[in-house]
Amino acid sequence: MSAAPIPHAEPAGRAGDRPTNYLNADYGVWSWLLTVDHKRIGVLYLISITVFFLIGAAYAGMVRLELLTPRGDVFGDDTYNKLFTMHGISMVFFFLIPSIPATLGNFLVPLMVGARDLAFPKINLLSWYIFMTGGLLALGAMFVGGVDTGWTFYTPFSTAYATTNVIPAAVGIFIAGFSSILTGLNFIVTIHTMRAPGLTWFRMPLFLWAHYATSLIMILGTPVIAVTILLVGMERMFGLGFFDPRLGGDPVLFQHLFWFYSHPAVYIMILPAQGVVSELVCAFSRKRVFGYAFICASSLLIAALGFLVWGHHMFTTGQSVYAGMIFSFLSMFVAIPSAVKMFNWTATLYQGSISWSAPMLFALGFMGLFTLGGLTGLFLATLGTDVHLHDTYFVVAHFHYVMVGGAVMAYLGGLHYWWPKISGRMYPETPAKISAALVFLGFNLTFFPQFVLGYMGMPRRYHVYVDEFQVLNVLSTAGATILGVGYILPLFYLIWSFRYGERAPANPWGASGLEWQTPSPPPTENFVRTPIVTRDAYDYHHLELSPAPKEAALG
Amino acid sequence: MIGKFSLIPPSASTIAPQVDALFWFISAVTAFFSLLIAGLIVVFMVRYRRRRDDEVPQHEEHGSYALEIAWTIIPFAITMVMFFWGASIYASIKRPPDDALHINVVGKQWMWKAQHMEGKREINEIHVPVGRPVRLSIASEDVIHSFYVPAFRIKQDAVPGRINQAWFEATKPGEYHLFCAEYCGTIHSGMIGKIIVMEPAAFQQWLAGATPGAPVVPVAELGRQQFEQRGCVTCHSGKPGALAPALAGVFGSPVPLADGSTVTADESYLRESILNPHAKLVAGFGPIMPVYQGLLSEENVMQIIAYVKSLAAAGGGGHS
Amino acid sequence: MAEALAAAHASDAHDLHVAHQFDDAEQQWGASTLGMWVFLAQEVLFFGGIFAVYIIYRTLFPDAFAEASNHLDVTLGTFNTAVLIGSSLTMALAVHASQVGHRGPLVAWILLTMLLGSVFLGVKVYEYAHKWEQNLVPGPWFQWHGEFPQQAQIFYSLYFGMTGLHALHMIIGLGIMTWLVLAARAGRFGPNYHNPVEITGLYWHFVDIVWIFLFPLLYLIGRHGHP
Repeated sequence: MSAAPIPHAEPAGRAGDRPTNYLNADYGVWSWLLTVDHKRIGVLYLISITVFFLIGAAYAGMVRLELLTPRGDVFGDDTYNKLFTMHGISMVFFFLIPSIPATLGNFLVPLMVGARDLAFPKINLLSWYIFMTGGLLALGAMFVGGVDTGWTFYTPFSTAYATTNVIPAAVGIFIAGFSSILTGLNFIVTIHTMRAPGLTWFRMPLFLWAHYATSLIMILGTPVIAVTILLVGMERMFGLGFFDPRLGGDPVLFQHLFWFYSHPAVYIMILPAQGVVSELVCAFSRKRVFGYAFICASSLLIAALGFLVWGHHMFTTGQSVYAGMIFSFLSMFVAIPSAVKMFNWTATLYQGSISWSAPMLFALGFMGLFTLGGLTGLFLATLGTDVHLHDTYFVVAHFHYVMVGGAVMAYLGGLHYWWPKISGRMYPETPAKISAALVFLGFNLTFFPQFVLGYMGMPRRYHVYVDEFQVLNVLSTAGATILGVGYILPLFYLIWSFRYGERAPANPWGASGLEWQTPSPPPTENFVRTPIVTRDAYDYHHLELSPAPKEAALG
Repeated sequence: MIGKFSLIPPSASTIAPQVDALFWFISAVTAFFSLLIAGLIVVFMVRYRRRRDDEVPQHEEHGSYALEIAWTIIPFAITMVMFFWGASIYASIKRPPDDALHINVVGKQWMWKAQHMEGKREINEIHVPVGRPVRLSIASEDVIHSFYVPAFRIKQDAVPGRINQAWFEATKPGEYHLFCAEYCGTIHSGMIGKIIVMEPAAFQQWLAGATPGAPVVPVAELGRQQFEQRGCVTCHSGKPGALAPALAGVFGSPVPLADGSTVTADESYLRESILNPHAKLVAGFGPIMPVYQGLLSEENVMQIIAYVKSLAAAGGGGHS
Repeated sequence: MAEALAAAHASDAHDLHVAHQFDDAEQQWGASTLGMWVFLAQEVLFFGGIFAVYIIYRTLFPDAFAEASNHLDVTLGTFNTAVLIGSSLTMALAVHASQVGHRGPLVAWILLTMLLGSVFLGVKVYEYAHKWEQNLVPGPWFQWHGEFPQQAQIFYSLYFGMTGLHALHMIIGLGIMTWLVLAARAGRFGPNYHNPVEITGLYWHFVDIVWIFLFPLLYLIGRHGHP
């Protein structure tokens, strides 16, 4: 058995002796804008969502700047209300929901099933255009006047009182929802019908299971928010009464419809992240995952149970006590599968061969932060404590722990791990480790104080606040600065590596998985011959860590 | 207390210590599992650090039914403890005692208006006595607000179109923050005030004290004035053959409806019957009552409700 | 490029209808059929959301909804229901024709389906225009002379919302059928390859089923026992 591949040191920029891969198969803007290659589409999404992330992060920076002092020194009330609204909209709808599925999912699902592309490549491209249309419309709404309803658009404020660009923003989100639906549809059909010979369901890598479960939520949940946004738009434009009590409607009905999607939406954000973490933990422990079937079952359970708990966002609306109890009870159930996964990942580490590479640091950071973040959800699922904590900074801290400490860290880990496959280059390891450390430290400093602020009673969405909340707010803003640096670094070194990074072999990590059996970057058709799978996923005992396949094998 | 820095808010109501106890329990569970996982991660990271690039662990174990069952059942059991504990506190929070002092509260962009039953009005402040349950009927004039007193650990949304109930029993005199906790527009973060808890004697003195400006008229009397000015008394005269149901003793009693069902006449029912009278027609009466939606403010509605509540049944024994 | 790839997959060289990402025609058929079913599942949830709003408000305001519903034209609604069910029949016949490779009948049945669909939409345009004349289109111009004006407006908002969404789906269906009939005329479908016809049929049947729910829920409230 040969040594694990050490990346070859090849001179950069000599196109002549590089084989054809998906990046250099064709040149020119139109070859990208009219591509049907899932890998190129994944890269298009990568660029788009990075832009939305930076916009959302800019809004966050402005919010944290204002919150350094108890008074409104930097912005006026209306401007501040727009800032937190637009931070939420950019991040939730245009960054978090697409992030892992549309970038890593699009790139890897066909590779991992051993196919040449997704089931519907043209629909995949259409999905990106739909995303961009919705995104540009929402951005337009944000830059020309803004929106100030909060990303949750509660009625009747959003339908009858707000004077900002509610409808263009809502329509942008509506349109982008179809992008999500089409991506989910593509993944489900691909995983069902295009697996390579020998790749049974229970031999699939967990990344595929995670994306399958996510896709179920995408196709069943997103249409409900689409129709809800339609009703909000109709009500606002024509003065209708679905949600306006002065016209016979019920404002709380909006909340039911909204959260029916938006709660499962958070599982759209976290399931793919958990799929990435499964891959990273296995690759960097070089071990088969502990409890494979239980992790699969947990993913499906999370998708199913996620649809049953939406009412836990509404415990203080004045609904019946019994409804509250049912939703609280069910919310406890949905916590358990994630806990099961966490224990299984930890058990996977036991007696493994643990690499401290940057992707693993991100994955381990995920495990710690998601544990804390997920557990703090229990405070909110529990009725007695939720009454006090609802709509305070405790909630803000909770969801940032799971979405940022969780999903974004997993996303960064996955981006680094598969970067060699996507770009054909290695990223520089030391800056990456620094980035992981800064993100972890900055994140905790930003958001842990907010748990305390929440219990102290600081409500959400407050432009000005009482003096006793200042100390913790200052800590939080300080953390946000460090976090920002941690996020900016990869932007620089990943782009740098495209040109100057060491060329990557097919399998720089010595990992299992079909995606590592093809060159880095892969050729357009992914595999010369459809692979035949004979082993389970993560079968490290039988994996031959051979040197990078000769480029000539392609011909 | 307002202005005092402390990592947890003052515990100033009967329910606050209960909420805090549950909070510490969940915190302990959270801390335990977080430290456990973090600790194991660090230990494993160090102990099993990869020494050679081509190292593959020899250990083969990749599953254990016993462990899976254990780490499913145990967390589930712990969450069930949280659920039942939390549900029981919630049940207390949602059930005001019968003898509570009643205060009407209306939220509107961007202030809290309160009115004691004796008629005294307050804006962004509510005076209450210590050691006595206080029940708030909370309404909204416009959008959704939320009445939040961290020191009491209570919160209740003010939803337009309904009247929500909240209650507390303050245990320590002092001044405590009142915040709006549901984003409601421009001055959401300015929609704050204080709950002023006083010793019972001081509270009575305050209540009886004159308010500069308008004379203090009890809420039920204001309701009676509305009842006459708006024409309600014409049909709801209480006389035989009247065109509308008699209202004496109706509050808290069962009411038979035209569709055969029966409802209990609580504050929500009374509010709906005033603003949207044909939604739940009383059996034996026609749909002739004018619709008052848009003609009465939430405060007017609560005043009329207070008046109706004050009408005792003909045979005595009205409900409080 | 497509030819080169097709040549490389020797066993499929004769199957020119197989897209490059699929291994063979059977996989392509399976994928596109499953894709349409998944899409329809999503559509169920889409209409389901607005159906849920309808159910809630109808439960809250039964009398208002019944009275508002009585202003809809049951005759036209029934006619339209028959027309749409008929178009599902013609669509099914088109699918059959494609399966046995009868090009003439295939084209005819698709055209007939489109004709019936257009009749349906024409009737709906007429109904909408009539509602406009009666001031029953929700908005500032809505006028209701009976009891419960607000609830009546909610009913009509749901009426226009639900039938409007349905009509939009029908228009999209007609667009798809335009492409389909042109492809059928060009002889692209036969026993070996007729999947697009089948999945268009699935879509059209779904649109029909949605209407079969809409019609009684909107037009027939409280009509049993009425002369």
